[in-house]
Amino acid sequence: MTTEAPVVLDVRGLRAYLYTRWGVVRAVDGVSFTLREGETLGLVGESGCGKTMTGLSIVRLLPEPAGRIVDGQVLLEGDDLVAKSEAEMRRVRGRRVSMILQDPQTSLNPVFTIGDQIMEALRLHHSSGERSLAGRAEAALRQVKVAAPAERLRAYPHQLSGGMKQRVVGAIAVAGEPRVLIADEPTTALDVTIQLQYLALLKEIQARTRLAMLFITHDFGIVARMCDRVAVMYAGRIVESGPMRALFRAPRHPYTEALMASVPRMEGVVTRLPSIEGQPPPLHDVPAGCRFAERCAYVDDRCRREYPPTIPVGPAHEAACWRVEPSPPSR
Amino acid sequence: MARVEERIDAGFAASTAADASAAPRPRGDLARLPWVSLAIIAVLVLVALTAPLIAPHSPTEQSLPDKLRPPAWEAGGSTRHLLGTDVLGRDVLSRLIYGARVSLIVAAVALLAGGGIGLAVGIVSGYLGGRVDSFLMRVVDATLTFPTILIALLLAVSLGQGLQTIAIAITVLIWARFARVVRGEVLAVKARDFVALARVHGCSHLRIMAVHIVPNVLNTFMVLLTLHIGFVIIVEASLSFLGAGIPPPTPSWGQMVADGRSHIASAWWLSVVPGGAIMLVVLAFNLFGDWLRDWLDPRLRQV
Repeated sequence: MTTEAPVVLDVRGLRAYLYTRWGVVRAVDGVSFTLREGETLGLVGESGCGKTMTGLSIVRLLPEPAGRIVDGQVLLEGDDLVAKSEAEMRRVRGRRVSMILQDPQTSLNPVFTIGDQIMEALRLHHSSGERSLAGRAEAALRQVKVAAPAERLRAYPHQLSGGMKQRVVGAIAVAGEPRVLIADEPTTALDVTIQLQYLALLKEIQARTRLAMLFITHDFGIVARMCDRVAVMYAGRIVESGPMRALFRAPRHPYTEALMASVPRMEGVVTRLPSIEGQPPPLHDVPAGCRFAERCAYVDDRCRREYPPTIPVGPAHEAACWRVEPSPPSR
Repeated sequence: MARVEERIDAGFAASTAADASAAPRPRGDLARLPWVSLAIIAVLVLVALTAPLIAPHSPTEQSLPDKLRPPAWEAGGSTRHLLGTDVLGRDVLSRLIYGARVSLIVAAVALLAGGGIGLAVGIVSGYLGGRVDSFLMRVVDATLTFPTILIALLLAVSLGQGLQTIAIAITVLIWARFARVVRGEVLAVKARDFVALARVHGCSHLRIMAVHIVPNVLNTFMVLLTLHIGFVIIVEASLSFLGAGIPPPTPSWGQMVADGRSHIASAWWLSVVPGGAIMLVVLAFNLFGDWLRDWLDPRLRQV
């Protein structure tokens, strides 16, 4: 169903490096994916694999002055964001691409009321009078299901709980009616019961606005609940991507397979969870061959020599591994 | 608190009554104003403004027969000179009243200029970081190595003595202190997500600095400002003491303390009266600063 929707975000061969005193950190090293209208793509991977940097590259907010996009394109509805000037980007951010970050505690400015902050976002995106702004801010809060929105507008961030704050952050993020929302682990700092409510809320907003969502997380439970498609990142590259169900049922890349195996199951006897031995390669000194080679159970000589090509392994499903058998594209 | 909200979150919207008490109160809560310090500051400002009207004598008029009269309540004192007279027979109360002008003007000008420059430099330096930061902070380091008194003396020699010179000298000396502290605060604020999100929502750097960073460092800045009022008054006093300050006939508190120094055993009021005035004013500003900090912090405001 989602495959027919138009592509909103098309990232092609994106490379973003960090120039640090220890050398060049290849945080994002040739990442490509597409995101369709109303679709949620889960970007998963362990800490430091480049998930967040990918998100920041898209809105061109890499840490300055170390971070730089060195190659690739980020096509937002056909418009290349990499080529845009800072002034042009300012008109893109918030209105066409927006973002939610991990920690609601620091996502709101402590010295302004909730209302001020929502109205600031509204004011930046549309021009209209103060009165209608207040009304719209209240509507925005109602949209994210905050009880008693009129009173909440006058509250300061510290007077709200974490879950409420993250809702407000969500309200601000969608205030400009963006086409793409990058959610960088938005529920990591929330407790489990609130997580589910928040995810349901995001889904609801998405259903109403046909928002395309890039959902950055390391939690497969959330991926299963939220995402239509999944891209698994390892050491700066996407090693496997495909429809959520296909990827969960039949992971093709050894890394995905190992990740799946290390997720605790509800059923069966509880034994020691399998884990992936070793560490990912340092991103400032990546090996020539497959980056997972050192930790892979099926490694051979070719893996260490050459990076594997990305091979289609099923409908809209591809993996970068020498072992996988290419399947004829069924579409 | 969090509990209550989560229940509302979950749809138990019935308990909104509990929210009314949590809503922020209006700002002007009279009972919580720091009345004592406000009173002292108000008296100081009033006295400085109306000095010619309320001073019983001219602050510079000498009367050698009346020299070294003790305050009215001491043996030998008279109500003609409530706080006694100095070595040249000048009325201490009148000099104190006129001296308030000097202290206030110097403090206001130097703090506005020095604090303003320091705030701007600190914000820009902390926010932009990188080379701009390195450069500005080296300038700050260099400024902080200037010996206070030496610079003031040099300025006094080159610009001539007077209010202007003192204000300039103190500005040059204090902006760097503001810049350094403000920069540190900015670094902490900048690291928080709302700054990144502000950019995500399309704010320009200038807007982020002015709208998002400044209010978050204002608390620190205000406290710094009030703490420096004392510092400035004391620097002004030291400079006057060394003769690099206000030229002699014009009364200033620092100079009065210095003048009384040699008579401290026989005429205590010469130093103690202006010294007490300095202490009282500095204390009032510091208390006011503390209150201001709490008032500006939304987390403490409603406690």
